[in-house]
Amino acid sequence: MEPRGVYVHVPFCEQICHYCDFNKFYLKKQPVDEYLDLCDIEIKNTLQKFPTNGISSIYVGGGTPTSLSTKQLEKLLFSIKHYFPIHPEYEWTVEVNPGSADEEKLRMMKEIGVNRLSIGAQTFDPILLKKIGRDHQAHDVEKTIRKARDIGIENISIDLMFGLPDQTIEQFVDTLHEAVSLPIEHVSAYSLKIEAKTIFYHQMQKGNLSLPGEDMEAEMYERLRTYMNDNGFEQYEISNFGKEGYQSQHNLTYWNNESYYGIGAGSHSYVDGVRRINHGPLPKYMDSVIKTGFPYREEHPVPLHEQMEEEMFMGLRKIEGVSLPKFEQKYEEKLTDVFAMVIPSLIERGLVHLDESTIRLTEKGLLLGNEVFEKFLLVD
Amino acid sequence: MNQQDRIKRRDKIRNFSIIAHIDHGKSTLADRILEKTSALTQREMKDQMLDAMDLERERGITIKLNAVQLKYKAKDGEDYIFHLIDTPGHVDFTYEVSRSLAACEGALLIVDAAQGIEAQTLANVYLALDNDLEIIPVINKIDLPSAEPERVKQEVEDVIGLPMEDCVLASAKNGIGIEEILEAVVEKVPAPPGDPEAPLKAMIFDSLYDPYRGVIVYIRIVEGTVKPGEKVRMMATGKEFEVQELGVFTPKPDIREELTVGDVGFMVASIKNVGDTRVGDTVTSATKPTAEPLPGYRRLNPMVFCGLYPVDTNDYNDLREALEKLELNDAALQFEPETSQALGFGFRCGFLGLLHMEIIQERIEREFNIDLITTAPSVIYQVHMTDGEMIKIDNPANMPDPQKIEYVEEPYVKAQVMVPNDYVGAVMELCQKKRGDYLDMQYMDENRVNIKYELPLSEIVFDFFDTLKSSTKGYASFDYELIGYKESKLVKMDILLNAEKIDALSIIVHRDSAYQRGKIIVEKLKELIPRQQFEVPIQASIGQKIIARSTIKAMRKNVLAKCYGGDISRKRKLLEKQKEGKKRMKSVGSVEVPQEAFMSVLSMDESK
Repeated sequence: MEPRGVYVHVPFCEQICHYCDFNKFYLKKQPVDEYLDLCDIEIKNTLQKFPTNGISSIYVGGGTPTSLSTKQLEKLLFSIKHYFPIHPEYEWTVEVNPGSADEEKLRMMKEIGVNRLSIGAQTFDPILLKKIGRDHQAHDVEKTIRKARDIGIENISIDLMFGLPDQTIEQFVDTLHEAVSLPIEHVSAYSLKIEAKTIFYHQMQKGNLSLPGEDMEAEMYERLRTYMNDNGFEQYEISNFGKEGYQSQHNLTYWNNESYYGIGAGSHSYVDGVRRINHGPLPKYMDSVIKTGFPYREEHPVPLHEQMEEEMFMGLRKIEGVSLPKFEQKYEEKLTDVFAMVIPSLIERGLVHLDESTIRLTEKGLLLGNEVFEKFLLVD
Repeated sequence: MNQQDRIKRRDKIRNFSIIAHIDHGKSTLADRILEKTSALTQREMKDQMLDAMDLERERGITIKLNAVQLKYKAKDGEDYIFHLIDTPGHVDFTYEVSRSLAACEGALLIVDAAQGIEAQTLANVYLALDNDLEIIPVINKIDLPSAEPERVKQEVEDVIGLPMEDCVLASAKNGIGIEEILEAVVEKVPAPPGDPEAPLKAMIFDSLYDPYRGVIVYIRIVEGTVKPGEKVRMMATGKEFEVQELGVFTPKPDIREELTVGDVGFMVASIKNVGDTRVGDTVTSATKPTAEPLPGYRRLNPMVFCGLYPVDTNDYNDLREALEKLELNDAALQFEPETSQALGFGFRCGFLGLLHMEIIQERIEREFNIDLITTAPSVIYQVHMTDGEMIKIDNPANMPDPQKIEYVEEPYVKAQVMVPNDYVGAVMELCQKKRGDYLDMQYMDENRVNIKYELPLSEIVFDFFDTLKSSTKGYASFDYELIGYKESKLVKMDILLNAEKIDALSIIVHRDSAYQRGKIIVEKLKELIPRQQFEVPIQASIGQKIIARSTIKAMRKNVLAKCYGGDISRKRKLLEKQKEGKKRMKSVGSVEVPQEAFMSVLSMDESK
């Protein structure tokens, strides 16, 4: 199936957050303009090699896309718009850092066609914000949202984090309270995971990081789900909540195991059954695009059994689960046959629910998702 | 060669080894000596040439001995033959060290110019002095900013009593002082004595199994001459073999027509089992045997036992093959099959000590690629039954019912600890804690004290050595010998997971410390066993009586709630890693237990 989604990566930040292990570089003295030129070339070459009839979701993430100047960001968005055939019904999201999105930048985005913002709020607690290395103030989030709405961007999502160092249940509930009171349509809530090569990782190694622990994290997650559902944000994925009609189309591409383009340093793509990873370091990315026209570091044609595994461990992230008929249509095998060895014990342990048409996680299964997903890896 | 040639040649031979603490630069110095004596071309030169096994390189210790023949043209214009004999540096292998030192007339004592003399070095220096070796002190790493050669010189003089006026100042790393060292070897190390025409007397100081040629025996010729085709006899085992090949290592094997007095080399003689060529044994001629073997031969008996089980039960046969292969090369390793209710089929293995055990375990995991579960080490207990019978128990799980036991005896050792007097208190406290009986204390000089205790062997195999090192900042040197069995108030402590007794976790403890040990162990297990999807009670019991308990809470949250975007391969890797981790755990009853938990019953950490 031809890709209908595209992800574009902007690997620059004005400040490095303590938890972040994405491909990103401290903005100063980086060859930003040259990078944007090469993204333009990558898009052009990619579409020549892998054409599409129409794109219905675009996601510009980072790093910090809004760390680019208005001119630079405009250039990037224009490259996207110029080459990709965009479906009339489209979702175009740009990640926005509350500290670095002024009115001019927002207006430019809106004019080019951006119709959804994802704002990295993370928490509304000023002390926690500082502790995780964010450069914005709690009230910047609301300011940015209001500005965007005034300009006419009417689909706004915010990112929240829980399980932060020294975060209490009360602090998290306060943040949830603030979140639902804002004029937004969507919330993504992620739990902190300490990754190697992050500032938090080093703090943890030195014993300088006190995390809430598994029980409190579970408690926070349960509070999150109840609070969001009670306030009109329906959970549709493990970490995602949206008002009716405002599910993230782009992320659904991933969870539905569909194809997507990935543009820019360190981006991932899944086109024609092949998962590709672009070079992450800027010199490598740029060199590769200049020399070969493409920035691929790794290409992995996904064998059938892996496709089915991915269908499951991605699809089960959705609250609605995986559709049995759709699975059969796609793979010409019954889901319940392929995974006959694993499903009964998962049902018995109360982790998944199976009916005529779908398989999905139970409430208990939501909290223990990885225990379930692991079982759907077929090869030992 | 005629007799005169052999004697002439003998007088040019210098046999020596290097004594050094770990990290004090032994391997680097050995490399520099190899370079200076042109033993290797530059291309062949790998760093740390003598430590060939991967494990040795990584741990920075020498496990197997090596002996290298080197040619050196001294300043006096004469050509000399050096034999450099490497020694292991751990108390488990003290006997091997003493044998390789017995193959030398001299030793280089390497002391770090910043750190000064350390415990293990001292023990080996005393071994060298016992063997009447000429000692050449070398202060190494003198170019370090923190080097204090004068202080270290004084320390060596005070502690060992070696005159230091002409010690060599060196930096092996930067090639300083290497020539001075080589000249000192020529001048100070005596040429080997011995009559090349006397009946053959050669000492075995190591052996190595080669799958194609059988056992390769490392020997030092003390008297006589040996040639290929001759029949030789191992004096301790009485076994006879025909010599096929003789040679020396340069360090490449170099075939020779004969080995004669003073030579240090190897012998191949269709020997199928290293057990036939015991370290310390004397090789003599079968047709013209010597009357007396060389002194000092000691049979090595394993003192520490543990169960080795494959994590994957399908690996049982592979594990047996691995042990069989290692046994060919390691006369001190013993094993026999055993079964555990919790772990299935495995082997009870005997080792010289804890390090020996760890090395074997690691070699099996690496060289044979088998994931292992090691149970806590045990000694051999003598259990006297009410019916008058005496049985030997090397696996705590096999301890009979207390009602049937009259009394239990455990092996004791006489331990000597030498420390600077500042640490006497710390050593005594440790020995008391380990159920030691104080014997004696002597001042070796104004600074150094020799403390003697009788200690249960089981207390030493646990963590004695590590604790001793840390509580004396590494200054203590420690040696022990087995003195026999003594009655003790010992009981078997069982561990229950989810109300199920896990035989592989049973241990034998002294009654007075059972409660405390039980408490430490259940807490340690709680820390090591990951949360399961249900609550798991952990209990320690003696007989029917529960003496300690703890609970592993049920797993509450394990789900990736992180933004990975389109990076599906990362999610996959995470799940694969999680799955792989579970494979490395053993399902005991319904509980997934990680490998390291089975060793945790050793845990003495009271701070937790």
